[in-house]
Amino acid sequence: MNIVMAMFGASAQGLLWAVLALGVFLTFRILDFADMSCEGSFALGGSISAVLMVHHNWNPFLTLLVSIMAGMAAGCLTGVLHTKLKIPAILSGILTMFVLYSINLRIMGQAMTSLLGQSTIISIVKGLFPSAKEMGMRDSTLQSWVNMGVGILFIVIVIAFLYWFFGTEIGCCIRATGNNEAMVRAQGVNTDKTKIFGLMISNGLIALSGALVTQSQGFADINMGVGAIVIGLASIVIGEVLFSKVKNFAKKLTAIVIGAIIYRIIIAVVLQLGLNTDDLKLLTAVVVALALSVPVLKKKKGIVRREGN
Amino acid sequence: MLELSGIYKTFNAGTVNEKLVLKDLNLVLNDRDFVTVIGGNGAGKSTMLNMIAGVHHPDQGSITLDGEDITRLPEHARAKYLGRVFQDPMMGTAANMEIEENLAMAYRRGQKRGLRWGISKEEKELYREKLRTLDLGLESRMTTKVGLLSGGQRQALTLLMATLRQPKLLLLDEHTAALDPKTAAKVLELSEQIITANSLTALMVTHNMKNAIQYGNRLIMMYDGKIIFDVSGEEKKKLHVSDLLEKFEKASGGEFANDRMILS
Repeated sequence: MNIVMAMFGASAQGLLWAVLALGVFLTFRILDFADMSCEGSFALGGSISAVLMVHHNWNPFLTLLVSIMAGMAAGCLTGVLHTKLKIPAILSGILTMFVLYSINLRIMGQAMTSLLGQSTIISIVKGLFPSAKEMGMRDSTLQSWVNMGVGILFIVIVIAFLYWFFGTEIGCCIRATGNNEAMVRAQGVNTDKTKIFGLMISNGLIALSGALVTQSQGFADINMGVGAIVIGLASIVIGEVLFSKVKNFAKKLTAIVIGAIIYRIIIAVVLQLGLNTDDLKLLTAVVVALALSVPVLKKKKGIVRREGN
Repeated sequence: MLELSGIYKTFNAGTVNEKLVLKDLNLVLNDRDFVTVIGGNGAGKSTMLNMIAGVHHPDQGSITLDGEDITRLPEHARAKYLGRVFQDPMMGTAANMEIEENLAMAYRRGQKRGLRWGISKEEKELYREKLRTLDLGLESRMTTKVGLLSGGQRQALTLLMATLRQPKLLLLDEHTAALDPKTAAKVLELSEQIITANSLTALMVTHNMKNAIQYGNRLIMMYDGKIIFDVSGEEKKKLHVSDLLEKFEKASGGEFANDRMILS
């Protein structure tokens, strides 16, 4: 029973983290840009949302908008560093991530902001179901249900937005940029702009995810973004390996959401089975490395088979 | 309509790999000229085309297109005037996107792009019709990812994309060099058809002397960053491969034309 509850809670968490995975997907797969700035923008989204609520009494929903805009600004910085100043992609992201560490500390004024006793999106939605407690539902169970509902709502909005946006003229140009820059320029499109635009949308989503996770877990932490890119990649590769045949864009995005949920479930299960939390990042890295090497391994196997004939 | 004057270009200036690729290059194209460009490796043919397209910018000299000075215009900004097909069939199309999506990108060359849907229903009909003229059966595979097409099919598609919006100038940079002979011949023929049908002005770089004589109304030979031979009209029609080889040998001071040129 314990493990089932843990898995349920984990899948609800997974939905909130899935927004991060979708953001990472935009840069990693669509723009073909390994964007490290996401580690900073995830914490940025969380810090801004927390501080606006705690110190400025903002409506928790409104804080999300500010988080998204801040994330977009962070993406813009990475994009400008890369396209205008010709700094390599990885390094541009790392620089932004570094900048954001200081900025996040500035925003919070400390390493952590607690949302204890604060009304958050999760607590507001929880308040809509006063009878749950009377019916004997445990608070953590209700929390998971609310996480799930809020997560699904945002995921649907985000996927609908991305499906629409990447079907538009500008969206098509961004997709093509990750494919073949020379071709896009030959069609009269400024690829600096498309890259910056793609990075902005990606980091906006990642900041949104950070804000949602913050509101759900009840605190923002300066280190909450550490490993975000690997978690995002893990979700992407799990989703892609499980649904390798999927072609439709919306379904691909859905596959990544499912990947994010499965990732959380795997983590919950291995923790329940007694894995030391210190080893979590090692485990995640192994999963990602293995999944990313699938194409190479498949190819090698194919060559061996052909030679065998 | 196109005028290159006094173009100089050095790559890797100030390093041991410094190479002066174009030296005082001058060229004037007339409307509806279909010019073939030949020359050995490193003669500056591709650099000249890339200079016109804005991939590289000249160190000195100016480029004028229909009276507009485009010397400093960035690549994407002058794309509205130019149609381009590259040597590498992978270069001209986006592999992970559908045939019709690639065409839709090309159809918007030089147009304002916004948040309208990336491809409309009426367009699809136009694309189907245009694809039919290629006679490759692509009109029934419009939602196929371009990455699944053969090199020849991709070049034919790129050619169509380059001319979907009438360009002022069509740049063909050895666009058949990576194809097998039969496919190359077909793509060449198609190029000529499209150029004639749309009365385009075109510059075609080729390694194949026979093709250079057979196609177009004017031929230029480049050597060492300059144009050393420029012939058009009746005189061009009378040319033989042996004449070109002789010219080439004279220019290079007895150095033999490289194997690739002789064999082709």
